[in-house]
Amino acid sequence: MSIKSTREAIKEALIAEMERDERVFIIGEDIAGGMGAPGEQDAWGGVFGVTKGLLGRFGRRRVIDTPISETAFLGLGIGAANAGLRPVVEIMFVDFFGVCFDQVLNNMAKFRYMYGGKASTPITVRTSYGAGFGAAAQHSQALYPMFAHIPGIKVALPSNAYDAKGLLTAAMRDEDPVIFFEHKALYDAACEVPDESYVLPFGEAAVVREGKDCCIVAFGHMVQLAQQAAVILAREGIETTIIDPRTIAPLDTATIVDAIAACGRLVVVDEASPVCGMASEIAALAATECPRALKAPVQKVTPPAVPIPFSPALEAAYLPTAKAIAAAVRRTLQ
Amino acid sequence: MSTIPAELDVLHAYRMLRLLREFEDQLHVAIARGNVPGFTHLYAGEEASAVGVCLHLADSDVLCSTHRAHGHFLAKGGDLDALALEIFGKEGGACGGKGGSMHVADWSRGMWGANAIIGASVPHAIGAGFAFQYRGERGVAVSFGGDGASNQGAGFESMNLAKILNLPVLFVLEDNGYAETTASGWSVAGKPVERAGGFGIPSVEVDGSDLVDVYTKIAVGVQRARNGGGPSFFHVRVPLFHGHYEGDPETYRAPGEVRQLRAERDCITQFRAAAITAGRADAAALDAIDADSAARAAAAIERAQNAPFPPISALTTDVYARP
Repeated sequence: MSIKSTREAIKEALIAEMERDERVFIIGEDIAGGMGAPGEQDAWGGVFGVTKGLLGRFGRRRVIDTPISETAFLGLGIGAANAGLRPVVEIMFVDFFGVCFDQVLNNMAKFRYMYGGKASTPITVRTSYGAGFGAAAQHSQALYPMFAHIPGIKVALPSNAYDAKGLLTAAMRDEDPVIFFEHKALYDAACEVPDESYVLPFGEAAVVREGKDCCIVAFGHMVQLAQQAAVILAREGIETTIIDPRTIAPLDTATIVDAIAACGRLVVVDEASPVCGMASEIAALAATECPRALKAPVQKVTPPAVPIPFSPALEAAYLPTAKAIAAAVRRTLQ
Repeated sequence: MSTIPAELDVLHAYRMLRLLREFEDQLHVAIARGNVPGFTHLYAGEEASAVGVCLHLADSDVLCSTHRAHGHFLAKGGDLDALALEIFGKEGGACGGKGGSMHVADWSRGMWGANAIIGASVPHAIGAGFAFQYRGERGVAVSFGGDGASNQGAGFESMNLAKILNLPVLFVLEDNGYAETTASGWSVAGKPVERAGGFGIPSVEVDGSDLVDVYTKIAVGVQRARNGGGPSFFHVRVPLFHGHYEGDPETYRAPGEVRQLRAERDCITQFRAAAITAGRADAAALDAIDADSAARAAAAIERAQNAPFPPISALTTDVYARP
């Protein structure tokens, strides 16, 4: 056990699983880097350095750089999974699913059902997401609700390094397709992470903090902001519960509903678009499952429904903040 | 008609061709009577392509198909009753009634399914080829696609990736002249073999009304793939005896076009004549196969018509590995 960044935690999970299971291989654009080039091999180890060093350990047979052809290499992963391998495909930025979405929507998500339970597609797809890095409209989105909308796939959304390692290990051992979301802001965020492998089961939310006044349900990187808000509020004598669902498909509705009912007040924090996002989903859950427990209107803290801007001033205004979360909690108490 | 190779099992090949045709001829009648739910796309006319390819494949080899897949399903060894039951949406169907005609599959036979998104299954075939290569096995994967799929980016990306990874894959373009109502003569720029050839993939034109032409040319590609020589591409020109889907009024086709295709480019009548002329089969034996195929098809369709639908409890199963 030692302090490790999320980048290291994810790498540890990949290495451990590749050592444990010969069927696991990783494939994606520049996942090693330098393929066919005259200079250094393993030049990048992925655009965020997550897979740096895996080429040296496992070789080109199991660490596969690809051309910029997401449909082909995601589809290859699906086919390899159908054949019994355990591919871990990297789609560099979640935005790039735009060019291969059919493979997710109509293929990996559908095979088990439309083939009557005879097909199995145990693929893990890692992808980065999130704003705050000046990457603008096509490299910054938080599109995870789109994937949770589709029956047949699972969606993991870790908020810290410990969860990232356990959830990714679970993903690679799962019999179903999993999309694994890595927030760019989390790669350098560190916490205690065990050296050995462990599995965090999907569909089990974490109760990050317990307080009687208001329940905050936050997703992915937003959990960190919610924790900052909770500290601000505690100084004011306001005690909050924070729920981190950790996976949004499956979603641990029981834990979420219990927490909402216990507090009677709900703030939902989601980096995705406010329209048809997880904030709306949790608000709907409160309205359908525990409406009589609610003592105040549900507050949604999300970006506005606009594409993500480039200018640092505009991007900062776009993103939810701890301050905005604290203000939303106070509104539920007025 | 090419000379029939000595090793080709003529009666077996004829039995496959005939079964595919008989089943769809009788299915066509059932559909016209309104007995089949949803949408069906008949393969009739294209049988030599499926059979000529699948004669080279083992159950462990993989086939990825399109929405027009009944022929691929049967040629790969799929069960006739399971096919009929699936097309009728009945319990016991190949996909438990959850897929229908556009998703028929038999995973135990390496038939990875009809896939009704045009071009979507091409990368799955290279994934299957990748898995063979990864494990050091000599299997091959075959991707069937139509002329419509030949204009999808998934196909181009997959050919490129298959070539640079040297994967054991056969890309079989079944060009029946139409993508729905749109003629391939208009929609496909250049020549398919030159497109594939542009990726450095060995590519060849095939007469899809000639079983022997398909069989002999595919043999080269299968051998190349099994021996580590990488992918191959085949542009197979096939006639389409029915419309895009069953019920299609086919107003886009020339008057008399189908009649002419049936008269001049029927792979079954051609193969039958060649087999008899070459002394490889006698008419009586082939007639017996005709009668047997007709009886088998009729029995499968009748059984499917009379079978129960799946229980409603099946609605929510098979979404995930565990409920």
